[in-house]
Amino acid sequence: MSTTPAPAENTPRFQPLAVIGRFGVPLLFAALCLFGIIAAHITPEFLLRELLVRFGRNAILVLSLLIPILAGLGLNFGIVVGAMAGQIGAILVTYFKIKGLAGFALAALIATPVAVLFGVATGWLFNRAKGREMVTGLIAGYFANGLYQLIFLFAIGSLIPFKDAAMVLPQGFGLRNTVDLLGIQYALDDLIKVSLTLDQSPVRVPLASFLFIALFCVFNFIFLRTKLGQELRAMGQDAHVAAASGIDVEKNRVIATVLSTIFAAWGQLFFLQNLGTLNTYSSHEQVGMFSIAALLVSGATVTRATIGQALLGTLLFHTLFVVSPLAGKALAGDAQIGEYFRVFVAYAVITVALVLHAWQKRRTAG
Amino acid sequence: MAETPTAVTARDVSGDERVPFSTAIREWVAEIGIPRLLIFIFLVVLLATAVITRMDLASLLTDSLVRAGRNGILVLALLPAVQGGVGLNFGLPLGIVCGLVGCVIALNGGVVGWPWLVAAMGISVVLAIPVGWAYGWLLNRTRGQEMMVGTYLGFAIVSGMSIFWLAAPFTNPTLVWAIGGHGLRTTLTLSGAFDKLLDHLWSFQVFGVTVPTGTLVVFAAACALVGIFFRTRLGIAISAARSNPRFARAAGISDARTRVQATVLTTVLAAIGIVIFSQSYGFVQLYTAPLLMAFPAVACLLIGGASVTRATLTHVVVGTLLFQSILTVALPVTSQVVQGDISETARLIIQNGMILYALTRRGDKA
Repeated sequence: MSTTPAPAENTPRFQPLAVIGRFGVPLLFAALCLFGIIAAHITPEFLLRELLVRFGRNAILVLSLLIPILAGLGLNFGIVVGAMAGQIGAILVTYFKIKGLAGFALAALIATPVAVLFGVATGWLFNRAKGREMVTGLIAGYFANGLYQLIFLFAIGSLIPFKDAAMVLPQGFGLRNTVDLLGIQYALDDLIKVSLTLDQSPVRVPLASFLFIALFCVFNFIFLRTKLGQELRAMGQDAHVAAASGIDVEKNRVIATVLSTIFAAWGQLFFLQNLGTLNTYSSHEQVGMFSIAALLVSGATVTRATIGQALLGTLLFHTLFVVSPLAGKALAGDAQIGEYFRVFVAYAVITVALVLHAWQKRRTAG
Repeated sequence: MAETPTAVTARDVSGDERVPFSTAIREWVAEIGIPRLLIFIFLVVLLATAVITRMDLASLLTDSLVRAGRNGILVLALLPAVQGGVGLNFGLPLGIVCGLVGCVIALNGGVVGWPWLVAAMGISVVLAIPVGWAYGWLLNRTRGQEMMVGTYLGFAIVSGMSIFWLAAPFTNPTLVWAIGGHGLRTTLTLSGAFDKLLDHLWSFQVFGVTVPTGTLVVFAAACALVGIFFRTRLGIAISAARSNPRFARAAGISDARTRVQATVLTTVLAAIGIVIFSQSYGFVQLYTAPLLMAFPAVACLLIGGASVTRATLTHVVVGTLLFQSILTVALPVTSQVVQGDISETARLIIQNGMILYALTRRGDKA
């Protein structure tokens, strides 16, 4: 990496760009959202209604990215695998016909050991691919998707006994494209029933979910101050120094990945219990990209992200997500342009963050 | 395992032969790698099933050849990147998009037949050179993260180009949506005079197998040109800078420069590759179609025996033939045994499993 004798100046010449990244990115996003809101004449009531739902759905998935960043693993594109674990839980409780909060809790309970297993596997891969954890995580997600399809599209009902006409495809094996999760829908959101009236229609405020999100934030906050948290932070700053001071770096990297995977599994369950349907073969696919883009929109980087940034990013990114198609329709007469635009923004934000990260690392390494 | 000298005393001849044979096999397996061996066995099993179930082998072989020729140059495009030390070029869509713009501009101008092919290739190359140069410049500044930056830059450009396809002022009524009169269609049909131009050129039949001579000749010629290029001064400099940057610098070669040259070459080849692909396929696919095109191409190269740091023309040709044959044969063969399309699932597992294997091999750092 350091083969080229780059100008040996460790003076912080890069600092301006870092500052722009820290405050400029969220400001730019806020401006973009505001522009869209004005262009499409979006009312605050409409926006609030959408954001209440989307924030509750996505916040935990975004929060699940924090621990690997702390440990120096970068953006964990492998949370897709965690989302699959969550879906396995959701599918099973639907099959067992366990409804309500009990169903949701059981789904989380089933998903946890599965996520631990997946997390250990992903962490092992990351340890074998040091320095390219992110691309490995991305490909691991694609690979796991293949195995997931093999199990749920072919093995279920043929090799694995599974009898439920409502869930299985007419051919007798393989799950249908959508699984109805009405049994556990709003199980958590409605635990504490609160409703707002906006535009003369009631809006559900998922207070219990918000409390859980707060709990996750508190957990992350406390975790940072534990021994393990401090070890991970030391690893994130310099893995060699951490190893020299007696930290079992490889083991801790696996632990960080496992925690992230478990949270992603639960995060996906939060998402699904609100949505009420599972797209068996596609619900998990975009989880990594959208969660990561949401985190980065707040000005977080590959090596540094805070709880506040995760929450702010979720809000900003999903505002853009709501606004973009409407603004596209208002400005260009075509909602499709807005939809392409928001996907472009998601990818572009990740690209820029990756470029800045690699660029900065080279400057400081040189 | 059985390397005990007892074998020698017991039965001289067979013992002597057996011991080296088992080690030879083990070394051979280690060199080829278990995933590659499994993939090869999978292909053999598929072909055996095809023979047993009396399928039309000739048409399977024809399709395999067509697909190998169609995808060949896209796989070849990865070679200069690996040779130049940039690693697996997941940013292939950058070149592909240039090629697509070339195709569309030529089509929009109403050019048909051979002139279309020449014009499309010409425009593609002209576009791909500056794009490749800029991409190489960026990759030089993001060393160590080339694969991740390439992947997401590719994603971002493809989704950004979706807006372009929708909004660009193309007017040819055969290309734009019939309703609304603007925005390119998702797939443009190359019907009549210029569909499969090269596939049909000099094509002939042996034992019922139709050989798409033109496309294969172009693929072979491209391979030969790349092979010759890496024997010229410039080509040798590119390889030398990859294998030993310090030594190369002592000889007056800057690896920053050779890396850019390699990236330009990979991008130009990708642009030409998609034009060849489109003429053989008979359709120009726009919007999200190029999004994931890099992954199967990378898998081809790796299946052929390449690693993240080393690739040869043999790897390109063998890998393309093997993987494309599997993709061609899998669907019709498996559909006789399993209901539903298991071949797409198999593709996901094979393709990403292979990439994952290459990324996590120890002692193979870029």
